Amino acid sequence: MNTRISRRDFLKGAGALAAIGALPISLVELAFADSAENFTFAYISDAHIQHIKGTEFVRNWDRGLIRAVAETNLLTPKPDFIMFGGDLAQLGSKPELDHGAEIMSALSGKVYYVMGEHDYYLDLGQYWEQLFGPQYHSFDHKGVHFVVLNSVLTYDDWTYKRWPTAEQRMLEMAGLDNPNGSPFMVGEKQRQWLQVDLQKVGKDTPIVVFSHSPIQKIYKGWNFWTEDADEVQALLKPFKKVTVIYGHVHQIQYNQIGNISFHAVMATAWPWPYPATYSQVEQHLPKLTVPMNRADPFFERDATGWQFINLATGNVDMRYNLYNNSSRTVAFNPKTGQPEDAMYQPADQRIPPQIHF
Amino acid sequence: MSSRQLKRLIPVVVMAGLTGAPSVQADEFTQEDLKRWEGQFMEVVKQGRDLWTHPLGTNSVSCAQCHPNAANTHPETYPKFQKQLGKVALIGDMINWCIRNPAEGQPLALDDPKMIAIQAYINYERRGVPMAPGKH
Ligand code: HEC
Ligand SMILES: [Fe+2]
Ligand SMILES: [Fe+2]
Repeated sequence: MNTRISRRDFLKGAGALAAIGALPISLVELAFADSAENFTFAYISDAHIQHIKGTEFVRNWDRGLIRAVAETNLLTPKPDFIMFGGDLAQLGSKPELDHGAEIMSALSGKVYYVMGEHDYYLDLGQYWEQLFGPQYHSFDHKGVHFVVLNSVLTYDDWTYKRWPTAEQRMLEMAGLDNPNGSPFMVGEKQRQWLQVDLQKVGKDTPIVVFSHSPIQKIYKGWNFWTEDADEVQALLKPFKKVTVIYGHVHQIQYNQIGNISFHAVMATAWPWPYPATYSQVEQHLPKLTVPMNRADPFFERDATGWQFINLATGNVDMRYNLYNNSSRTVAFNPKTGQPEDAMYQPADQRIPPQIHF
Repeated sequence: MSSRQLKRLIPVVVMAGLTGAPSVQADEFTQEDLKRWEGQFMEVVKQGRDLWTHPLGTNSVSCAQCHPNAANTHPETYPKFQKQLGKVALIGDMINWCIRNPAEGQPLALDDPKMIAIQAYINYERRGVPMAPGKH
């Protein structure tokens, strides 16, 4: 990956910050054979701005987002645009979305938003749309086709018929481990739209899909899951270089399924346990993923971090920078045809904090 | 069983032992007893789950937000050395840590019925996992 930009280049403007490793954002670089076409974008996700009452919001989550925004503004080179990966709010309320939007407004640069379930299930995205635009759409930037999906829809029966109030519907979906929840899906309408949208895209054009849920099936009980993942993957299959970047899981995950690379980004609010730590169930964390270190509850921002991705030739080369932990590099290994951690991939190279139980 | 009930039982047991009467041994219990005890326990588990999904502090943050299904609470590892507290701690100490910090609340007494309910829930979600005191 000869066009890889070093972490230092990205942070020239950030020299004044003491804790560089704590940047809870993702910076993504797309590198092309013609390096004049290279560009970067930043990725912030899962802020979960939570209203207490009146003008009070949960300080911990506010701090995470404020920090991510401040540090994104310091990036050099300046990213072409910024993605927000969903779950800006905790319970989808106007005060939460407004407060989140206000913090986000300090960003210099164009911001695209992905819908999270915490944004959606109070008013089905109505107010969110007023603030941030359509729930799904696509755009082209310097030769890359970007697709933004609302992947947190579910069965109509659940959405429209099950709950006496919108507030209750929101609360039921907000509980990650709530058995009354319902599996996420992209849905037929959006899949038809996607199919049409992709018809005009050349098979060699790199495609980057932004979704909130994984577009792969990991663990249904916590909605680390998209019910119609297989159907969406099938639509993406004809293209040479496809990457899906998702939020929701609040942890490092990576996977390769056929031509599609999957990468999760971390949250600015809090980290989540890996599903394997719930001993009563089976789950399917991609075997490939070497987990991030267990979070230290005594450091509020621990287990948030940032990463940049280099997509030259369609292979993914990703660097995670973790607060209070050593950085991680996950690079495509042409011999095995999958992303691998540069340091920790072999089983005998793992360190004790990576063991989740 | 209250201590008063216990006292009443003792003479019966002694007599049963002397006369060889069947089925009144103190250490014998029936399916019905088991059912009742389980019911009592599960009721407290349910209270614990309820506490888990509702704010225990002042900032509306619940334990379930960071610990779905009580994952990452590791009750089987306690007591264990908690480097940040500098001592071998009970799980109640860590429950109180999380109540004070992420939830911005007041710690519970270790024998508070809420503390008992939380532990019943945490342990129930972890049933079947071997004991591993001290493990990190
Ligand atoms: C902001 C996120 C967050 C919230 C909210 C939170 N915790 Fe924690 N808690 C953590 C993290 C992170 C750990 C460390 C997990 C690990 O060791 O892997 C932890 C650890 C613990 C542990 C000890 C586990 C161990 O092995 O060291 C207990 C017990 C616990 N939490 C209970 C609670 C309770 C009870 C609540 C609700 C009052 C709560 N937590 C709320 C983040 C949180
Ligand atoms: Fe989230
Ligand atoms: Fe989410």
